[in-house]
Amino acid sequence: MRAIAAGATLLVMLLALAPARTAWAVDPATMSDPILQARYEVLIHELRCVQCENNSLADSDASIAADLRHQIRVMLAAGKSNQQIKDYLVSRYSEFILFRPAYSWRNAWLWGLPLFLLILGVVIAVRVIRQRTALVDNEDDADVSQS
Amino acid sequence: MNPRFLVPLGVFVLLVVVLIVGLNHSREVGVLQSPLVGHEIPDWELPMLTDPAKTLGSRELKGQWYVLNFWGTWCYACRSEHNMLLQARRDARVQIIGVDWKDENSADALDWLSRLGNPYTQVVTDKAGNTAINLGVAAAPESFLVNPDGVIVYKEPGVITPESWQREFLARLPPQSGVPATNAGGS
Repeated sequence: MRAIAAGATLLVMLLALAPARTAWAVDPATMSDPILQARYEVLIHELRCVQCENNSLADSDASIAADLRHQIRVMLAAGKSNQQIKDYLVSRYSEFILFRPAYSWRNAWLWGLPLFLLILGVVIAVRVIRQRTALVDNEDDADVSQS
Repeated sequence: MNPRFLVPLGVFVLLVVVLIVGLNHSREVGVLQSPLVGHEIPDWELPMLTDPAKTLGSRELKGQWYVLNFWGTWCYACRSEHNMLLQARRDARVQIIGVDWKDENSADALDWLSRLGNPYTQVVTDKAGNTAINLGVAAAPESFLVNPDGVIVYKEPGVITPESWQREFLARLPPQSGVPATNAGGS
């Protein structure tokens, strides 16, 4: 009984901590204009923290990520478009900073390869199925002629 | 043997080759290649560490070779680079400008330099970190080699070693290069 009570207490404590954990990760700084705030949220989720490479700027508590978020807020307040902000950061940190690589001829293989492999897989599958079917049909015919 | 059985084998061999090539070239994975290399350094102007009323910037340094080294007293890796930089100052082939990056307290930086020695001809501060972002700095230490035209000819994305100093920095300098006399006394 005491074990159950202890377990329940632990669970309640963990649940109570869960929202706090996410709150730490998020930058408390916000923009007064709700439209700019919405664009800001989108941008920081689409851009990578350049130091801790698998986090977005929104998730990272690294000092450089905080500076980059600040830079984005400054540029948004100065009336820059999302594209201008991304172009600026790409010109400084390379395309690596974008979580979604841009569509370009250089990146064509990146976007085209999965589709190509899918089509290749379908073609191979269809051919194998047809051959198998033909084989089974022939065997059936052979069975029929023998009997 | 049916030649069609060779197709999966061929695909497999191709995959192995791609993976081996990928592994052998993976040294640079995780290192940001600066798109600024080969281009003129974005204009920068920063207050001096010893006298914040005075500034130093890319315009004053036009016509001279210099290394711009981003460091901070909070940066553990910078400590391991420090001796290398001190040796470079003694060799006096090129002036090294230090950027004390994101140190809230200039006294910490001055203390660091007086304790460990000052490898810099001049030291400026970037407390807000705007200049670091404008130069695409991700993590200290990072160093830029800038030529007299103001063009970044090389960027070291981490700790400079004696080998990389020789190979990437000194090898790019003209044979007779040295620290300009006006700056040699420096801060």
